[in-house]
Amino acid sequence: MSGERGPGLADPDGFYAALMAAHEGLSEAESAALNARIVLLLADAAGDEAAIAAIARARATAPQEKAGR
Amino acid sequence: MPRYAYRPFPYRKAPELSGSGRGEAAVAIVGAGPVGLTLAIDLALHGVPSVVLDDNDVVSIGSRAICWAKRSLEIFDRLGIGEKLVEKGVTWKIGRLHHRDREVYSFDLLPEPGHKMPAFINLQQYYVEEYLVARAGEFPDLIDLRWKNRVSDVKPGRGGVELSVATPDGPYRLHADWVVACDGSRSTVRAALGLDFAGRVFEERFLICDVEMEAEFPSERWFWFEPPFHAGQSALLHKQPDNIYRIDLQLGWDTDPEAEKAPERVIPRIQAMVGERPFEIDWVSVYTFQCRRMERFVHGRVLFAGDSAHVVSPFGARGGNGGIQDADNLAWKLALVLAGEAPESLIETYDDERIPAADENILNSSRSTAFMTPKSPMEATFRKAVLELAGTEPFARRLINSGRLSTAHHYRATGLSGEDALLPGEAPLAAPGAPPVDAPLGAGSGFLSERLGGGFRALWLGDPRHASNRFECECAEAGLKALAATSPEARRRYGAEKGPAVYLFRPDQHVAARWPEAAFSAARARAALTRASGRAG
Ligand SMILES: Cc1cc2nc3c(=O)[nH]c(=O)nc-3n(C[C@H](O)[C@H](O)[C@H](O)COP(=O)(O)OP(=O)(O)OC[C@H]3O[C@@H](n4cnc5c(N)ncnc54)[C@H](O)[C@@H]3O)c2cc1C
Repeated sequence: MSGERGPGLADPDGFYAALMAAHEGLSEAESAALNARIVLLLADAAGDEAAIAAIARARATAPQEKAGR
Repeated sequence: MPRYAYRPFPYRKAPELSGSGRGEAAVAIVGAGPVGLTLAIDLALHGVPSVVLDDNDVVSIGSRAICWAKRSLEIFDRLGIGEKLVEKGVTWKIGRLHHRDREVYSFDLLPEPGHKMPAFINLQQYYVEEYLVARAGEFPDLIDLRWKNRVSDVKPGRGGVELSVATPDGPYRLHADWVVACDGSRSTVRAALGLDFAGRVFEERFLICDVEMEAEFPSERWFWFEPPFHAGQSALLHKQPDNIYRIDLQLGWDTDPEAEKAPERVIPRIQAMVGERPFEIDWVSVYTFQCRRMERFVHGRVLFAGDSAHVVSPFGARGGNGGIQDADNLAWKLALVLAGEAPESLIETYDDERIPAADENILNSSRSTAFMTPKSPMEATFRKAVLELAGTEPFARRLINSGRLSTAHHYRATGLSGEDALLPGEAPLAAPGAPPVDAPLGAGSGFLSERLGGGFRALWLGDPRHASNRFECECAEAGLKALAATSPEARRRYGAEKGPAVYLFRPDQHVAARWPEAAFSAARARAALTRASGRAG
């Protein structure tokens, strides 16, 4: 798909389901910790340039909640 | 009150109760819903008589299926009512997704022209059933449709099944060689055999409302996550014929389903959505959705099809559409077995082919429903992140799941598929097991889907300058009806651009085998036919 910036997900629904399943039954603190580990592992998979760029892109997506308050 | 005029179908005393009936049927179909009726008509087209028993005498009541997928329309077209359905229905292919007050993205379910049938039509289930009943009436010698005949018990015996039937004139018994249970999600037949129906209930309630109004909404599927008019929940809007709109509103698990159906609760919710324009409520229900299936659909001479065998939540329109494909898969197999042209074991392949199809439908419907109903704060956080990223990050749009709409199942692992002798990677969407890929045949020549018919067919695809009569001779020797397609679209879609190819289609129009033309011969066609009709052992 045009506009994609990474290798992309061939099976987005499969990935999302696996991610949700990984969080099932965890407390919020456990979930946050799991997320941190996943982010770090994905950074390793993506490489320096893509990982740093992802931080900037994530920050640039203004959460509407914050804008509204 | 519903706008549709429900006209009861005439009840007639069963011949068994007036002494003239034989008390026997080659095939008894329990349930005249969309699946049972489709099966009866398909069997009739194969020359197979059936008795159809339905406990009611009207078509489906209330808000049920509206979205009919391309593959169902192609099947209905083969049965003779496809064009009538499309004419009455609202054709659509664009879906729009909204988050709060902005459109996040839209998708096109059929971006390529050159298909006879559209990606989808919206048409109320009662119209589909009405047209199916009318079509069934065109086979008075083959389809014995009995209204107000309720199957009360089922006893499998040797070489057949004993049905107990209750009618206004009293009970009677019917011995059937085969019984197909198309009696819906609360199947009596399934209960009578003590069979389970395992799966999962989604702890969520949805208000499903059909309203009649004059509105300028386009023929598209509109979905909202957390819309301004229905805070924190999701909403769906679909256009139907007769100025009727289907509105789905997520309510939350803690709501009282009875209270939510009251007009004083429903009207303000609809007003918030459609604004000041006047509307009338046609039907309201509150549903909790489930995804379940039987472990197997074949139980000796009792077979299950449609909602009796599997149910899904409706986001994705996979319930009715999945059931129509069940009937499409089963009819020709039953016909071959009853004609003695295939061993009884061919029926087992109905399980092999339709269980993976049901699983695909359940997987997709479950994921959509799960995305719509986050069940923990973390799930809600991820969904919010996806929706927020989707505005600027295209990859995130593909993670948004408001329903993955029904497509035809590709029978990848089926034992009925024969040779795939094309180059690896050539036209993967038309590999053996695949549903037919439609294509225009050239100016004024109609579409491939209209030619494939309901029997085994061999199709030659290639440049007309390369046509030879060898193909036709080999087909004649193998006893196969031969077709040819030379349009550029057909050749491209079937991987016959570089050189001519030959495809063998099954009676349900799925691909059975394929070859480069040079490799095709009567002997190879016969081998593929033997395999596709379950005679390969
Ligand atoms: C809100 C909602 C929206 C939906 N939207 C869609 C959609 O957009 N697209 C889609 O494809 N599907 C949709 N579905 C699903 C669709 O309605 C069903 O999958 C479809 O009706 C199944 O058809 P069926 O013939 O298997 O069963 P049914 O339609 O349930 O028919 C069963 C028939 O059997 C009869 N019967 C029952 N018991 C007996 C008995 N003991 N003896 C004799 N007869 C009996 C019944 O009277 C009935 O006529 C939706 C469902 C709901 C609830």
